[in-house]
Parts: sequence; C-alpha cells; structure tokens
Amino acid sequence: MRKKARFPGIYLGIILALMYVPILLVIIYSFNESRINSVWSGFSLRWYRDLFRDKDMLEALINSLVLATVSSLSAAVIGTLAAVGMPRVKLRGKSVVEYISTLPIMIPEIILGMVFLVYFSLIRLPFGMITLTVAHTSFCIPYIYMLVKARLVGIDKSYAEAAKDLGANEWNVFWDITLPLILPAIASGVLLSFAMSLDDVVISVFVTGVNTNTLPIRIYTQLKTGVTPKVNALSTLMFAATLLIIMLSTWFGRKTTLSVKRRNT
Amino acid sequence: MDDTVILQLSQIHKSFGDVKVLDGIDLSVRKGEFITLLGPSGCGKTTTLRIIAGLERPDSGRVFIAGKDVTNEEPNRRNVNTVFQNYALFPHMTVEANIGYSLRLKRVDKETIKKTVSQALELVQLSGYEKRMPDELSGGQKQRVAIARAIVNQPAVLLLDEPLGALDLQLRRQMQVELKRLRARLGVTFVYITHDQEEALNMSDRIAVMRNGKFEQIGTPSDVYDRPKTSYVARFVGSANIVEGTVLESDGQRIAFRSQGAVCLVAARGARLSPGEAVRVAVRSEMVDLTPYASPELPYSGLDAAGGNPGDSQVGLQAVVKEKNFAGGVLQITVSLADGSELVASRHGIDSPLVPGDKVRVTWQPERAVLVDLEETP
Amino acid sequence: MKPEALAKTGEPRPGEPTSREEGARKPTKRRDAMVLSVLPLYVFTFLFVIGPLVYMLVLSFLRRAEVWGVTLEFTFENYANILKPVYLKTFLESLKLACLTTLLVALFGYPFGYFMARQNAAWKRRIMVLLMIPFWTSSLVRLYGWIIIFRANGVLDGLLMALNITNAPLKVLYTYAAVVVGMVYALVPFMIFAVYSSAEKLDWQLVEAARDLGATPFQAFWTVSFKLTLPGLLSGIVLTFIPSMGLFFIADILGGNKVVLVGNLIQEQLMKARNWPFAAALSVVLLTLTSIMIALYRKISGVKDLEGLV
Ligand SMILES: Nc1ncnc2c1ncn2[C@@H]1O[C@H](COP(=O)(O)OP(=O)(O)OP(=O)(O)O)[C@@H](O)[C@H]1O
Ligand SMILES: [Mg+2]
Repeated sequence: MRKKARFPGIYLGIILALMYVPILLVIIYSFNESRINSVWSGFSLRWYRDLFRDKDMLEALINSLVLATVSSLSAAVIGTLAAVGMPRVKLRGKSVVEYISTLPIMIPEIILGMVFLVYFSLIRLPFGMITLTVAHTSFCIPYIYMLVKARLVGIDKSYAEAAKDLGANEWNVFWDITLPLILPAIASGVLLSFAMSLDDVVISVFVTGVNTNTLPIRIYTQLKTGVTPKVNALSTLMFAATLLIIMLSTWFGRKTTLSVKRRNT
Repeated sequence: MDDTVILQLSQIHKSFGDVKVLDGIDLSVRKGEFITLLGPSGCGKTTTLRIIAGLERPDSGRVFIAGKDVTNEEPNRRNVNTVFQNYALFPHMTVEANIGYSLRLKRVDKETIKKTVSQALELVQLSGYEKRMPDELSGGQKQRVAIARAIVNQPAVLLLDEPLGALDLQLRRQMQVELKRLRARLGVTFVYITHDQEEALNMSDRIAVMRNGKFEQIGTPSDVYDRPKTSYVARFVGSANIVEGTVLESDGQRIAFRSQGAVCLVAARGARLSPGEAVRVAVRSEMVDLTPYASPELPYSGLDAAGGNPGDSQVGLQAVVKEKNFAGGVLQITVSLADGSELVASRHGIDSPLVPGDKVRVTWQPERAVLVDLEETP
Repeated sequence: MKPEALAKTGEPRPGEPTSREEGARKPTKRRDAMVLSVLPLYVFTFLFVIGPLVYMLVLSFLRRAEVWGVTLEFTFENYANILKPVYLKTFLESLKLACLTTLLVALFGYPFGYFMARQNAAWKRRIMVLLMIPFWTSSLVRLYGWIIIFRANGVLDGLLMALNITNAPLKVLYTYAAVVVGMVYALVPFMIFAVYSSAEKLDWQLVEAARDLGATPFQAFWTVSFKLTLPGLLSGIVLTFIPSMGLFFIADILGGNKVVLVGNLIQEQLMKARNWPFAAALSVVLLTLTSIMIALYRKISGVKDLEGLV
C-alpha cells in the first residue's frame, strides 16, 4: 500500500528530471573551454564574450524582442476589446468570426506560415518586420481573447449592475470594474503571447524577409549548419530570462491566490 | 412619513421568453415608508426590484420615481440604490473605495468623500474599516458595507433584496434592529424583499404579498396577519388553517356555516352571504381551541343559542388528536377531521394533557376567524 | 390559479398602457459604440485569417506557371499529385510518425497529468512551475540539448560506453528514433496540461465512492477517473497530433534529411521547388485532416473548446 502511494511521486520526479537534462547540458557546455560540446576541457567564459561581440546575433535579439512586444501588445488591445465587446453586440455570424479568429492557434503552424507567405506576396506586403508582426499578432490574439473571455465569464455580473446602480455609465463600468478585474487575465495573456512569439520558428521562417533575422531563425540556421558554443551561451541567457519571467509571474500569481484563499476562509 | 408618493409602479408586465414573471404589478410607495415584498421563491420579487432599479426593463407598464417617469432611464440616472443579495462589493476596491464609488462618479471632492464615507461607516458601526478589502470582511460586515454604499448617495428609495438572507439567525435579529434604527435616522424609503414572514411583520409599514407575479394583498402587517383577504395570504403569512363549508345563516354580526357535518361560526365583518353559499374561513393555529370530547353533542339550534364558546357544544368540528410537535417555542397539535383533512392548533408550553387518539372538539372565537377568498364586489 | 394565468396570456389586457415599443425601448446608441470594440478583431480576422485561408484554397486549384508564380487556370492536378507514390508515401510516413508520437506522448503525459492533479495544492503549484520552466524555454534551446546528447560521441554515447553497455558510438542523431524523442519531448507538456486541467476538476470523492461500493483501485480508476478525464486526454491527443504533422524543424535538425514530414514537404515545395499550388493543396489536405480531428473531438467529448489550450 505504501509503495503504491510513493509511485506517483517517483514518476513525476523522473519525468521532470528528464525534461531538464537537455537544458542543463546546454548550460553546462556554455562554460566549456572547448569548441566541442562533448568534451569538457575546462571552465571558460569565452563563448559569452564572443556572443556579445556578435553584432548579427544582437540585432536578431533586438528584432525578436521588438517583435514579441509589438505583437503581444497589439494582440492585447484587439483581443481584449473584442472579448469585452462580443457578448454585447448583435451581429450576424458572430460566432463564426469568433471561431475563425481562434484558428491561428488551432491549425498547424506550418499551414499558417505557408498561407501567410503566399498571401503576403499576393497583397505585396514587404517581407520583414511588418509581415512578422502581422503573422505573430494573428496567433497572439487567440490567447488573449480566450483568456479574457474565460475571465469575463467568471466575473459575477452583479458587480457591473451594482456599479450602474451607483451611477456608473457603460464607460465607467468598463474602466472601474471590468478592466481591473480582467487585468490579470490580460497580463497572463500578454506574457503567454510574448513567450510564444519569442519562441516561434516555423511561421517566422516563412514570413521573414531576406535581411531580417529573429533570434529563433538565427539559432535554427546555426543548428542546421554548424554550431559553436556561442549558441550555448545564448541559450543559457535566454533560459535565465525565462526563469526570471516565470518567477515574477508566479510571484504575482501567489499574491492573487493568497487573496482568493483568504476569501474562502 | 408624509403622503407624497415617491415610487409608483403601474401595470408592470414582464416575461422572460415564454415565462410570464410579472403579470400586472401596481404599487405606490409613500415617502419614508418601509414596504416589504413577501412571497415564495420564484414569484417575481427580485424581478420587481430590478425593474425599479432599472436593471431590467418591463415589457409594458410604467415606473415613476418622485413623480418622474423613469421607465426608460438607465440605472445610473435613477435616484434609487440597491443592496444586492450577494452584496456585490467590488472585490478590487477597499471598503472606502466601495462606499465612495458613487460620490467619485459624481466628482465630489476627495475631502468630502472621505468625510461622508467615514460617517456612513459610523452609521453602520464599522468605523476604522476603511482600508480593508471586501474579502477580509465577515458576512455581516460585508452586509453593512453594502448598506453603507447604497445609502451614501442619499437615494430617494433604497432597495434591499433579501439583505439578511445569508446571515445566521442571531446576526439576522441584530441586523433587523439596526436596519430599523438606520431607517429611523435616515428617513429613507425602503423597498425590502424577504422570505421570512416574521421579519416582514416585524419591520414593515406595509407588506405586499406576492404570488405568481401578482400582488395578492397589500396592507399593514396587521391587515395581512389578522385580516388576510385570501386563503393564500392566510396560509403564507400566518400559516393559518383553512376550513371550507356552506352558509347556514347570518345575523349580520356572525355567520354560521356547516362544515363536515358540524357547525362553525365566523365574524361577518360586513360580508353579506346568503344561505347555501360556499365559504372559506381562515383560522390561525393559536386561535384554535381543542376541548376533550366528553359531553354528547347538542343539536344546532340557531345563531342566537350558539355562543361559540369552547364550552358551547352546539358548534365545533369533531376531530381526533393525531400528533404533537414542539417547534419554534410552541406546541403544535395536529388533529384529523372527519374527512381526513388536518388542522393544527398551537399552545404555549411544552406539553398538553391531550394524547394522540383523544377525541376533541375544534372551536374558535368567531371574531378570531376570517372569511377569505370572497368575490370582490365592486 | 395556473389555468387562470394561462387563459389570461392570450387576451389583450385593457389596462396596459400600450404596446411593447413604449414600455421598453432598447437603447441603440450603446450597441453602436460596442460594435467599435469588436471592429479591430473583425478587420484583422477578415484581412489576415480568412483572406489567407481563402487564397490558399483558391491557389490549390490553380496551375503552376512554367517559370514563376501561377497561371489562372483551374485544375485538380495538385490534388492528383499528392497521390503520386513519392508524395503519398511522405504523407503516410508523416501520419505514422504523428500516431507514434501521439501514442508515446499519451503514455508518458497522461499519468503525469493525472498524478499531478492528485498532489496537494502546494505541490501542484511547485510542479506547475517546474513544468513551466522548460515549456517556456525556447524549443530550439531544448532541441539543441538533444543534439548534444545524441550526436556521435556525444553525451549518450559517452555514457553508454563508460557503462560498457556498448563499445562503439551509436550515432543516434539523424535517425528516426532521434526525431521521435524530439517530438515527444516537445509535445508532452501539451498533453500534461490538458489531462491535468480535466483531472483537476475531478471530484476525488467519486473515486472513493466507487471504492466504497466495492470497486478495486483499477476498476475505480477505469470506471470513474478515466471516464471523467477522457476530455482532457482527447484534447491532449488533438493538441499533439496536429502539430506533430508539421513540426518540420525537429525532423530537420534531429533527423537530417532522413525523416520527411508533410511539413518538410510543404516547406520544400514552397521555398525550394517554388510550387506554391502544390504546397497549397498539401496544406488544404492537412487542414482538412485537422478539422476532422477537432470536429471528432467536439463530438465525442461534447466540449466546445479544447481542454487546457490556454
Ligand atoms: N434573466 C432571467 N431569464 C429567465 N428567467 C428569469 C430571469 N430572471 C428571473 N427569471 C425567472 O423569473 C421568475 C422570477 O424570478 P425572481 O428572481 O424575480 O424570483 P424571486 O421572487 O426573487 O425568487 P427568490 O425568492 O428565489 O429570489 C423565476 O421563475 C425565474 O426563473
Ligand atoms: Mg430573488
């Protein structure tokens, strides 16, 4: 009986450990003196030094950060407005549009990349940051829209009614009640979209221009053609950034869960 | 209380889809009055309140507040405020921000808001709670904040939807007293919803008993309690027994009627009924007298001879004691009548010498019984 | 009372002021303002989702021009092309790999999600954070880790040889197995989140009730927990199967050019062969397959949105 109860914990532990092995290896070898990733020849920071001298890599990083910021924020505006407005408008075919707008995260990325490529050349949109932004915004919107929509469903409608009863018009209700209450959902939607955009290879490969590189595209070409441990160094830094973001968001999350908990007691 | 009508509903109809929820509601409320809507679940109380608040629009009919037709006005343009059943305190605002919200919307300056909020908190005995968040309050405290939030705007009418429904009995009693006190201080008009008839009788100037989207009777607590118009009101408010029969004779003061082979009496109160007409009479359980059935029954010899006293063996239903229950501070004795129907008599005290199986005669003072369900004669 | 009330509904009420219009006029101005709020989404969706998808469909019926671009000529040729053995084989191989991946993902991911949901709140939170870290780490970084492991004389070979299990490098990189591992590794989190989100909602008292009624632990699991977490499992299957047809870069990097997915085929036709109509036809077929899966999922589970998608 006791053995049985222990098994789940062991299983969870093993799987989690397996998930970290590849990441840890990348990190370890980023500090390796040698160029070869399987031979440890001593501690060194030379790959980090190389990385910071690599202008192309830095440019790709900046491109990626700009792209992720612009896409997730435009998606936040479009998605939030729509999620708030949708239940209140009476338009024919509303649910069809709603469904289609979430397609970008339902269909395989490769298809999205391919249709954007052919479509953008049809409408002659110059390939580069513009096309990347449109493409990334398209798959960021559904995350925001769905998260905000789910949050809105969870909000008791009597808050809005109470506000109106106390003299608020629609506009006041939105700013004073709805927006503050859906803000956590918007924030996690933005965070999620940001991460998805920062990580996207498939779609970006199709819609980027000849002279525009994002970080994932750069890493992808390097992985295909020949890697130097510079990529390890870069990966390690990206991992550190991810860790920081997650720590921040769980810290925020903790604060909200705490207040929820208090309510239940 | 003065006689100006502050709130008037006229012929309000409302359906949700196929379900007809309100079916011709008429109501006038005087300034400063405390009126209670009382009725079973689903009869349309909340809907009525929401229509007054403007949160719901009637299909037809009009709402007047202070003489002004507000039927098509948005809630924020009506001078009424609601205390919601689930409080609906904004979870992301402090107590202070919650209470001051309506003043902020009116762009009242900060100092005044602060002062008004602290007065309101004092009024509901929550001074010092300004900075708390709603989820850091107990149920009773939330209720008080909700009330403070609703009165801070000095509404013409305060609407309360079962404000004490979620509180335990003791807290409820205490809040009843406080609401009364608050009302005396503010002089605001209250439209109050409750399930609890005791609460309604205790707090209201008038009670509107509702049934299936209509008002069955509107009157003072003693009207609906002592002089119910319908058997429904009698049952719902006073949990009265209903006895049916046919009129034997009437002397203008009292009416004698035959029920289940026996003769019973009821005060006429101006009702003109002729022999042979069907009647329904409501008798509250504490008015029912039970006499051990010893003496042989005397034949009925007319109204003049029948005194209607417990000792008077000319009148009274024959019954058998079925069971005794001690509940709510009174002893309830259930008896079954000749046709198998049941009747309840209640007594103070914990027991009575009667035991199940005893034969008893059921009587009441004629003036304690009320004729109900009379056809309205215009 | 009832019949009376019913009878009344039909007849006109004399006292009633007037018809509906007067009683309750719906405010239309507010509605108009609301339309503005959904406008951006509508515009974006029409321009950048519907537009491209429709164009893809049109394109798939056009003939490829000799040198560059397409001619406006209707044809089924592109779809017929898919049935050519060389392409059909790719399609079937890709399907096979997707099935294998999905099976393995379910095998590893389902117990994880299920066990995780049975932990206490503090552990759930910790495990969630531990899951999020690799999940949010760039997929390329993780892929790179596998290259380090799999390459000839890499970490895996070193380990195996040090333990004397093998005495020559296995050279796992650029094999089918490497691709499968990479896919499973990339997709297992989706399954875990999907299963977890439905197992989390499970009322464990039901399992206890089943045990109380005489079920063995396995019977209790099978008749109660499994049935109730099925939507999560199905959603996880959809969420892994669909991408696993298209993740061409995993096949590219871990499989060399030995493993060719539909995704690789599309990419190749698009970027190298420049046969856009054929790429479009391939996409249409893939998309149809995807839609069928989602429709099936909805039908079976009766849920509209995929469980644990966001
Ligand atoms: N928005 C709505 N849509 C459909 N039906 C509704 C709606 N609101 C109320 N109803 C129906 O109208 C009827 C009256 O509801 P209402 O809330 O007014 O009852 P109530 O008297 O307040 O009951 P309770 O004492 O349970 O609160 C009920 O049958 C209810 O189901
Ligand atoms: Mg109600």
